[in-house]
Amino acid sequence: MKEISQLNLPQNVRFTEDHEWARKEDGAIRVGIDDYAQDQLGDVVFVELPQVGDTFAKGDAFGSVESVKAVSELFMPLGGEISAINKNLEESPELVNTNPYEGGWMIDVKPDDPGEFDALMTNDAYLEMLKGL
Amino acid sequence: MTDTLGTTGLILNEPLLWEKGCKGRRGYSLPRRDVPVSSLDPDLTGSGPDFPDLSEMDLVRHYTRLSTWNFGVDTGTYPLGSCTMKYNPKTNERQAGLPGFAAAHPLLPPTLAQGALALMHDLQRYLAEITGMDAVSLQPAAGAHGELAGMLLIYAYHRSKGTQRSKIIIPDTAHGTNPASAALCGYHPVPIQSGAQGILTAEAVAAVMDEETAGIMVTNPNTLGLFEQNIRQITDIVHAKGGLVYCDGANMNAVMGIVDLKAIGVDVLHLNLHKTFSTPHGGGGPGSGPVCVHNRLEPFLPVPRVIKEGDTYTLSEEFPQSIGKLDAFHGHFGVMVRAYSYILSLGPDGLKRASQLAVLNANYIKEKLKGTFHLPHDRPCMHECVFSDKNQGSYGVTTLDMAKRLMDYGFHPPTIYFPLVVPGAIMIEPTETECKEDIDRFIDAMQEIAREAAENPQLLHDAPHNSKVRRLDEVAAARKPCLKG
Amino acid sequence: MRYLPHTPEDVADMLAQVGVESLDALFATIPKDCCCRLDMKLPRALTEWELDDHMDALASRTAVSPDFKVYMGAGSYDHYVPAAARHVLARSEFVTSYTPYQPEISQGTLQAIYEYQTLASRLMGTEVATASHYDGSTALAEALLMAIRVTRKKRVAVSAAVHPHHRRVVETYFDPTGYEIVELPYLTDGRTDLAPLDSLEDLAAVAVQSPNFFGCIEDLQAAADATHAEEAVFVASFTEPLAFGLLKNPGSLGADIVCGEGQSLGLPRSFGGPGLGMLGSRMKFVRSLPGRLVGRTQDTDGRDGFVLTLATREQHIRREKATSNICTNNSLCALTAAVYMAALGATGFRELAGLNHDKAEYLKNSLAQAGFDAPFSSPTFNEFVIRFPGDFDTLYGRLLENRIVAGLPLAKYYPELSDCTLLCATETAGKSDLDNLVKEVRS
Repeated sequence: MKEISQLNLPQNVRFTEDHEWARKEDGAIRVGIDDYAQDQLGDVVFVELPQVGDTFAKGDAFGSVESVKAVSELFMPLGGEISAINKNLEESPELVNTNPYEGGWMIDVKPDDPGEFDALMTNDAYLEMLKGL
Repeated sequence: MTDTLGTTGLILNEPLLWEKGCKGRRGYSLPRRDVPVSSLDPDLTGSGPDFPDLSEMDLVRHYTRLSTWNFGVDTGTYPLGSCTMKYNPKTNERQAGLPGFAAAHPLLPPTLAQGALALMHDLQRYLAEITGMDAVSLQPAAGAHGELAGMLLIYAYHRSKGTQRSKIIIPDTAHGTNPASAALCGYHPVPIQSGAQGILTAEAVAAVMDEETAGIMVTNPNTLGLFEQNIRQITDIVHAKGGLVYCDGANMNAVMGIVDLKAIGVDVLHLNLHKTFSTPHGGGGPGSGPVCVHNRLEPFLPVPRVIKEGDTYTLSEEFPQSIGKLDAFHGHFGVMVRAYSYILSLGPDGLKRASQLAVLNANYIKEKLKGTFHLPHDRPCMHECVFSDKNQGSYGVTTLDMAKRLMDYGFHPPTIYFPLVVPGAIMIEPTETECKEDIDRFIDAMQEIAREAAENPQLLHDAPHNSKVRRLDEVAAARKPCLKG
Repeated sequence: MRYLPHTPEDVADMLAQVGVESLDALFATIPKDCCCRLDMKLPRALTEWELDDHMDALASRTAVSPDFKVYMGAGSYDHYVPAAARHVLARSEFVTSYTPYQPEISQGTLQAIYEYQTLASRLMGTEVATASHYDGSTALAEALLMAIRVTRKKRVAVSAAVHPHHRRVVETYFDPTGYEIVELPYLTDGRTDLAPLDSLEDLAAVAVQSPNFFGCIEDLQAAADATHAEEAVFVASFTEPLAFGLLKNPGSLGADIVCGEGQSLGLPRSFGGPGLGMLGSRMKFVRSLPGRLVGRTQDTDGRDGFVLTLATREQHIRREKATSNICTNNSLCALTAAVYMAALGATGFRELAGLNHDKAEYLKNSLAQAGFDAPFSSPTFNEFVIRFPGDFDTLYGRLLENRIVAGLPLAKYYPELSDCTLLCATETAGKSDLDNLVKEVRS
């Protein structure tokens, strides 16, 4: 397990309490799990994603990510409609471990309320939260 | 250690079945044909399954070789916590193989099945006597099936009262089958935490028990190997709000002849015949999970029920409130024969002594290892004790590493990473059939492994060394499942 | 007692090291008001030889061959089991081991179950098969729950010609769930009436058994087509897997999930259990499958090996969200089935299936010639329904007195067939016995 100082927590994304990240990407919000989450989970073997067109509210479970011995649910950082899913994860779930912020992205969301994105934690706030855990 | 139990030896590789044999080889003596061939519509006919053709020798060598890659109770000490890997008496096999049992058709008219029905009837009585409960159904085919039966019984009970409740209380130490069985019945699990002592507190239960809660699922002794001392207050609290108490009886081996389950407030419990009652585990099953109930749940038991009328036994469906059928016939009768034989072989004194010695063996191991391994709850335990890998953490050695190394020493590892409330849990259940010398050998091996953890951790990271295969890539197996050849 | 090795010296030594006075003192943490079992009123312990006598006497009170001729199937079948199969299945490394959670020392069980999964898939015609369930009835219940999960719909249609006990188990499982079961009636030829499917909406699954309870061979392709037209999952079940040595397997006829009873594959009837729940499906449903799965992989040295896999479906990880609550399964029974299928081989399996078919046909034709009418016209496999004219109970009772169990009377299960019995003849029924049965029935 990595130490907090070893974690990769980029400046250009926002974070949630559930260790997910969100980033504006071509008019949608792109979501994935962060370096802390993938490190805790270990080797990812399967990612269960919703279908394009599904809609969720902020906080709803939209899918799950599995290692050999554990399952973690994934929660919407904001409400909206799924506009895209990362199909590469079906063949290569390990992208979540090797490249959580780029190749390992999970869903794109068309947000209902842009304010929900702005309310997410910045890099600094998230770091503080981790230190308190 | 120069004379470790575990050693290297020549075992043989063996290919997969379909990599052997030759078309046209025979391993079977086809019965003589004394009736004419009868035609069948060719539209319905297929070409038959693609099985390999093997000779009898191919077959026998194949499975003999495969068996040498396995470790069973007959091979060595198998201290798997929560599984009660006690010795499987061989006389039980002789009894289950008797033609009057093995060849009996389940739907024979009861007058022609008196032997089988008498056995079932008496086994029900014995299990009621051992647990203190009022009535028994032998139908559930495994512990989890018994849990489902218990949930259905509770559901039927509440329905008969005109209410339906949506929740069930489940402690954090519960086996995964508990919430899974509750969910099959539509109940939402309400988790509660065990207290600092490793057992449930009455306050924690009182805080969540209400009239929307169908009841509680407890395991007693619990999965930390501790007796739930507050059980009577807890059952009172649940009953006071109209709920019922389900007890997971997987750990019954600790308390036969010692605790009366009905007196402590249990309404329904399941037993695992393949744990407490010595029937073999068979590499994962078959087992048998009878349920024992308080009078108030008797009307809801599955049907058909074995009843005695005068001197004869029969099967009755005359139970209008029954939850119905849980399997096609009567449950795992072959397993029941073995459990019945075991109970008759031990008698009441033998069963009680078995529990006493199981508890003695576990406490002995606990005392001898607690200096070396971290013991989260340093209190008298029942038939199993739980350690953790905390003391070895500074060497970078985990429970998994130590478990794998134990195989090199000639022991099956204990249960690891369960219960979830103890990170890195090592759950050791020796059972009463292990003699003192074997337990001392196990203790010595564990001490040696702790030394290796400090002095040579890489040895543990790379373990096991002596087995047929080394550590397997479970990640690849899950990412790209290859489930058949 | 030979299973309790502790001598008084052992006990004294260990108690001293634990630091308690006596065995009773080990239970001091149990409150007094919980400790109240004094005498368990059980028979006193028997010696091994007394137990043998007792069990011999009990076993003799049940009607079995050769004393009795039992011509019943109905989900439990009499087949010969080779001595070689029995022999390898008695190996204590298979019998006394536990679930293969530590794969390095369980490769015997793991490879054997992987082989079982493979042979079972080939038999059923599925892309994947699980490592076993309790029996055919619970496998059917699990299959229907799986279809409900996969389609997210809440209604299933089940043929009335599915084994009545299997249907009752499904009802028990469904009772608290709110899911609906619709029954599909059977036609005069003994097969399922698929017509009602047209007007059913929101179907998750359709379940048809073949050969069905009456022994009739269903048109599974038609059932599959009708089911898929409703966007539902087609579940084909069976109670006599030997049939697929002769008949086309359900997977090849469009079944999405195949489930059934595997007792015929080398397991003794044993008064109904343990049997073998078999379950298989298309690979696309694999993550919804209940039960254990063994997968192939490599070890750190690159050697091939086997492990339990896709465990995140199961109760010990997913808990209340698991695909099933199953933990202990019928592993040794699955191993038995694999050994049996391997012993017979493709050639033997096909021949034996043919022989079974022909034995039952011989009986059916002999009875027809004797004037006994088979109400259903569909082709059958090793069981069939026969009507007894006149007083059914008297005839059946007289045969019982002559130590012949002439099938399973159907009155209890199908009141409209109360003068009928379900007869079964497998390879174990000799021609002379069958001739004798016909003779007894006529007289």
